[in-house]
Amino acid sequence: MSITLTERASRHVASQLARRGRGEGLRVGVRPSGCSGMAYIIEFADTIEPDDAVFESHGVKLVISPQSLLYLDGTEIDFVREGLNEGLKFNNPNVRDQCGCGESFTV
Amino acid sequence: MTLFQIAEPGQTPAPHERRRAVGIDLGTTNSLVATVRDGRPECLPDADGRVMLPSLVHYTPEGAVRVGEGARLALMTDPEHSFKSIKRLMGRSMSDVMQLRQALPYRFESGEGVPRMHVPGGSVTAVQVSSEILRALRGRAEAALGGALVGAVITVPAYFDEAQRQATRDAARLAGLHVLRLLNEPTAAAVAYGLDRRDSGTLAVFDLGGGTFDISILRLSRGVFEVLATGGDSQLGGDDFDEAVACWILDEAGIKAELSTGAQRHLQGVACQVKERLTEHAQAEVRIELGREAVWSGCLSCGRFNELIDPLVDRTLRACRRALRDAGLEAGQIDEVVMVGGATRVPRVRERVAGLFGREPLTDIDPDRVVALGAALQADVLAGNKPGEDWLLLDVIPLSLGIETLGGLVERLIPRNTTLPVARAQEFTTFRDGQTAMALHVVQGERERVEDCRSLARFELRGIPPMAAGAARIRVTFQVDADGLLTVSAVEASTGVSAEITVKPSHGLAEGEIERMLRDSVAHAAEDMQVRRLREARVEGERVRVALEAALSADAALVGEDGERITAARIGLDRALAGEDVEVLRQATAALEQACAGFVERRMNQAVARAMKGHAIDQFAHGREED
Repeated sequence: MSITLTERASRHVASQLARRGRGEGLRVGVRPSGCSGMAYIIEFADTIEPDDAVFESHGVKLVISPQSLLYLDGTEIDFVREGLNEGLKFNNPNVRDQCGCGESFTV
Repeated sequence: MTLFQIAEPGQTPAPHERRRAVGIDLGTTNSLVATVRDGRPECLPDADGRVMLPSLVHYTPEGAVRVGEGARLALMTDPEHSFKSIKRLMGRSMSDVMQLRQALPYRFESGEGVPRMHVPGGSVTAVQVSSEILRALRGRAEAALGGALVGAVITVPAYFDEAQRQATRDAARLAGLHVLRLLNEPTAAAVAYGLDRRDSGTLAVFDLGGGTFDISILRLSRGVFEVLATGGDSQLGGDDFDEAVACWILDEAGIKAELSTGAQRHLQGVACQVKERLTEHAQAEVRIELGREAVWSGCLSCGRFNELIDPLVDRTLRACRRALRDAGLEAGQIDEVVMVGGATRVPRVRERVAGLFGREPLTDIDPDRVVALGAALQADVLAGNKPGEDWLLLDVIPLSLGIETLGGLVERLIPRNTTLPVARAQEFTTFRDGQTAMALHVVQGERERVEDCRSLARFELRGIPPMAAGAARIRVTFQVDADGLLTVSAVEASTGVSAEITVKPSHGLAEGEIERMLRDSVAHAAEDMQVRRLREARVEGERVRVALEAALSADAALVGEDGERITAARIGLDRALAGEDVEVLRQATAALEQACAGFVERRMNQAVARAMKGHAIDQFAHGREED
């Protein structure tokens, strides 16, 4: 079981962490909500819980709870620019369907 | 697929929880409102599905206010109280308006200050009329988005000066809108095309609206758009194409008689339809019905249409060349050309613009909507829907800000194209012994002399303790916030006395004046330089003379045998001060200083002797230790 960051994404996360000045890494997860079942969580991780799984990609720690990992296993997180938008993009192989905007999804 | 931003722990926003923000294109002819939904900008339509709101406001005799299409009929029936193209009056003073007065059907109230126009039951300003348009758009947006807006980005022409920008902000506030930022129209168009995410580049934004034409040359570097040059024609637009077609129809139909108002409108409507049909067809059928008898039908080919409008297109291209020249660029150095405004749909316009710049202009986005869409994208960022400042577009100061110094020269504190927000400080000092007040004059412009720049504000710093000339230290700070509001403060260092002013200019520059000021600054650079050198030399000479007078009146006895030399040098300086020769003036100033050297030294010695009188040397040393 694992999740990964692309090199570009890890550079982005590292620079955001550096600018913020603190944080262990990036916490990702899912929670039930949104128009299509589940929604992603993506936050700075200030603490790592004993149950958490931690993966390291290009020097950046990805922190995830075991429940969330079930939904995110095999996910690669990339950093992309699209028009004025730029941000992290989940390439999650578990997703069967997602809402129009992709903010929430079903597995 | 949505792109995610990293949130603080526990703060990941719920899906679809967005702060409602809009972009507004407050146009001369039409206005639009747009927002970002599901990551895409879109224009919001009214109940009838129309996205364009004609910028028309009618104050009815019953005291109601109608905005948009509903006010169109009143342009004929009640012209005095029906406002169109109100944008042209934004930020204008009474004296500006007096010049335009002949062309305007409104009744202006006499008096100084902001021009007021008569309406049933009172009077209104241009700001109030504009705010009605903004209020209509705000209502439309709130209905569409289901709640109050956190704010709006409103676009303004790149050449708008501080007064016109301030008037736009005031109109927004009056309409109950929080202005996140004013954005230059060409910049908004560039943002809509995503050009801001390039590292650098030079672009031309060709904006041919219904009644105005603007060309802007922008340079993008590190996420900041600089306006290199602007130009255009405030009386040229798509309506003139319609007019050309209408004239052709009258000619072909052999109609010479004066037309009734209704017939004229019918003719214009037909002409507009013909123009629109010719954007996609090689020819268009024309059929007009003027009265019962006069029916005429014919056919206008694309080629003939092009001939009709070519003189008008020529005018736009001339303005483009001028703007390029002002920017110091060749047409081939422009990386992208963005088309804005409905009239750029005309194939002939695109073709000729492409010819001038040697590249196909960008036309994928609806040219009527592109500005509003770009503003919406910017509003979405500013409302905080996409945290991260890396790609925040910054506004720049359109004209340099400075302060008047002695001799009527301008000391620029914030140069043009500096990004906002910004604060800059500089120290100034007093010119005369015992000077207790200082007048500060804030100006805007690129020229060296105050009279060639625009006066923004004057204020005084009082309560400076009397000191020798040049001893006081007065720190003047210019601060411009993200909305472009300028605050100037002055603080005297030793006492902390201070004075401050927030600049909200009440007069506007006349049409095209910013462009003229920019052009002049280039054209007159050498001459200005010479003027500056002369004035600086004069100020220096004046300072030496004043200082000498003060010294002579205090210690005439110490002049001794230098008296004659000093008098001769003083006469020489007086003569040079009256003249225009910088070198002569500098030499005369130096000669007087030299002649006084002995006298100054004797004064210095005497002052030191006086200060030390009655004190032993070790007392000074002792005093030091205690400090």
